[in-house]
Amino acid sequence: MTKKLSYATRDKLITYSVVIIAFLIAQLLIVTGVASNKFTGLLIPISINILLAMSLNLVVGMSGELSLGHAGFMCIGAYAGSLFSVLTQNIITAPYIRFPLAIILGGIIAAILGFLIGIPVLKLRGDYLAIVTLAFGEIIKNIFNNMYLATDKNGIFFSMTAEKYTKYAFDLETKTDYIKGAQGITGTPQDVNFTICFVVILIALFVLLNLIDSKTGRNIMAARDNRIAAEAMGINVTKAKMTAFVISAFFAGVAGVLYSHNLKTLVATKFDYNLSILILVFVVLGGMNKMRNVIISATILYALPEALRFLSDYRMLLYAVVLIVMMILNNNKGFIALKKKLSPKRLLKAKREGVAK
Amino acid sequence: MSFLSYFITGVSLGGIYALIALGYTMVYGIAKMLNFAHGDVIMIGGYIAFVALSSMHTSVFTATVMSIVVCILLGVLIEKIAYRPLRDASPLAILITAIGVSYFLQNVALLIFGSAAKSFTSVVPKIKLNLPVNITGETIVTIIVTIIIAVLLTLFVNRTKSGKAMLAVSEDRGAAQLMGINVNNTISLTFAIGSGLAAVASILLCSTYPQISPYTGAMPGIKAFTAAVFGGIGSIPGAMVGGIVLGIIESLSKAYISSQLSDAIVFAVLILILLIKPTGLFGKKINEKV
Repeated sequence: MTKKLSYATRDKLITYSVVIIAFLIAQLLIVTGVASNKFTGLLIPISINILLAMSLNLVVGMSGELSLGHAGFMCIGAYAGSLFSVLTQNIITAPYIRFPLAIILGGIIAAILGFLIGIPVLKLRGDYLAIVTLAFGEIIKNIFNNMYLATDKNGIFFSMTAEKYTKYAFDLETKTDYIKGAQGITGTPQDVNFTICFVVILIALFVLLNLIDSKTGRNIMAARDNRIAAEAMGINVTKAKMTAFVISAFFAGVAGVLYSHNLKTLVATKFDYNLSILILVFVVLGGMNKMRNVIISATILYALPEALRFLSDYRMLLYAVVLIVMMILNNNKGFIALKKKLSPKRLLKAKREGVAK
Repeated sequence: MSFLSYFITGVSLGGIYALIALGYTMVYGIAKMLNFAHGDVIMIGGYIAFVALSSMHTSVFTATVMSIVVCILLGVLIEKIAYRPLRDASPLAILITAIGVSYFLQNVALLIFGSAAKSFTSVVPKIKLNLPVNITGETIVTIIVTIIIAVLLTLFVNRTKSGKAMLAVSEDRGAAQLMGINVNNTISLTFAIGSGLAAVASILLCSTYPQISPYTGAMPGIKAFTAAVFGGIGSIPGAMVGGIVLGIIESLSKAYISSQLSDAIVFAVLILILLIKPTGLFGKKINEKV
């Protein structure tokens, strides 16, 4: 290659190749039979976590707003996708048509919810925004945990309380449960596989990286760095933040669909505050900046405690310490200076200069 | 149960929220940060009282004092180790650290005590009251304790030198420092008071709902924050009123709407307040400066 690529393009290409190489290595391990069942079983959850971390990075890293309700968007995506697949299982029998539709539907519904929640939420700042997203996440979880949807020959039954459900006179012969309160949705077809996850991640990466590199992306980051200055430059800050929020919700919804099609039973209590925090840990350890680093951190943080079983009890404790130490070090003048001194780019440059001399 | 007894239960629950909300609101007013770990300090306080009462068989008074002392030390320590290095950092960094601290405490408790909820013996002796409505002893004690603390705290903040220093720091940190107020000590004192109140709240909370688990503090913590926002963050009377109103809302929605959805209703209240009146009942509007 004689023509020098721009820094941004080169950076994007590195990110794509990291993901593709990781996929190829994983496939190679599976094909050659080196991979254990445990390893194969981890691939899909890791992919889902990567997708979640990438989507949250758009809000936390790029837009600079702390969202603690990411699991809520995943929840609604999971329920929408799962319900769609269960309902159309007998109509659209080919999973390669049904599943993409479920993914798109789950994503769109999560994005719509993201937009609706974004209208009030993005009027707020900082701590208030964080606590309101947390509240929304809990409300979504709570609603789905108490939702009943069933049909019999008399029509559709829908209720938000267990009491109504147990008292309702169903025609038992024709009764089918779709959503059963705390027991959630059962019988979702297991449509997901590692290759689909990989393709989804690649698409998400393509969309997110190009978004960040676009005018909209620059607006989002300008609004993060200095809201007032950005407004003065004529950037519609609310619109920029909303774009980030909705796209982030979309991919969280997609991750939810992947998640729900990997499980026999889908329950709402999984999508709690702890899950939102876990995703946040991935993003924070990834540096809240580059998608590539976030992908790597999500992979390592998810896989490491699974690989080292004895650590699993201490997993969340370690994450907590990581969060605190990262934040303190990143705000410590001495550490920042040390990091600059030891950064690979600087070392390389110093070496080159040394050679030139 | 009648409306009146639901209402009084709500006031008592609200009293607990108010005590927790005081910790949030004072810290927010002075350090301008949301101390996410406050709910987990409550949980630790509850466990200390639990260990003192059930394993060491101390008296209720000793257990309370132990719990308060440990919580105060813990609160001050958290501030020193985790929050002080970040005094001038971005709000996002501070918030993430606070979440980290909250998680840390939860997981320490999880490792020491296990995830199963343990039953907590109420510190209030069983008394039979001949009242027309059904009220427990815990309810009465909670309401009395809340009133006493509210009065003492108001006197402390408005009449003593340290209290006035707190007001000054929350008004303008830089100017307070120029006037010779030791800002770091004042912030430590605020954390100490907030955590001490959290210990009292924890004992009342664990007596009302007689069990304790590593997650005991999380939900009341978030709800108390809602209460603090409702009353106007930074305002002490606001936290009291906000806490009690929120307790009543929760109790009544549990009774008349749905017990499973009561959490969702409380959070919906938070969202509505922030949208309609973000400064809360007694809050002051802060203008943004460039």
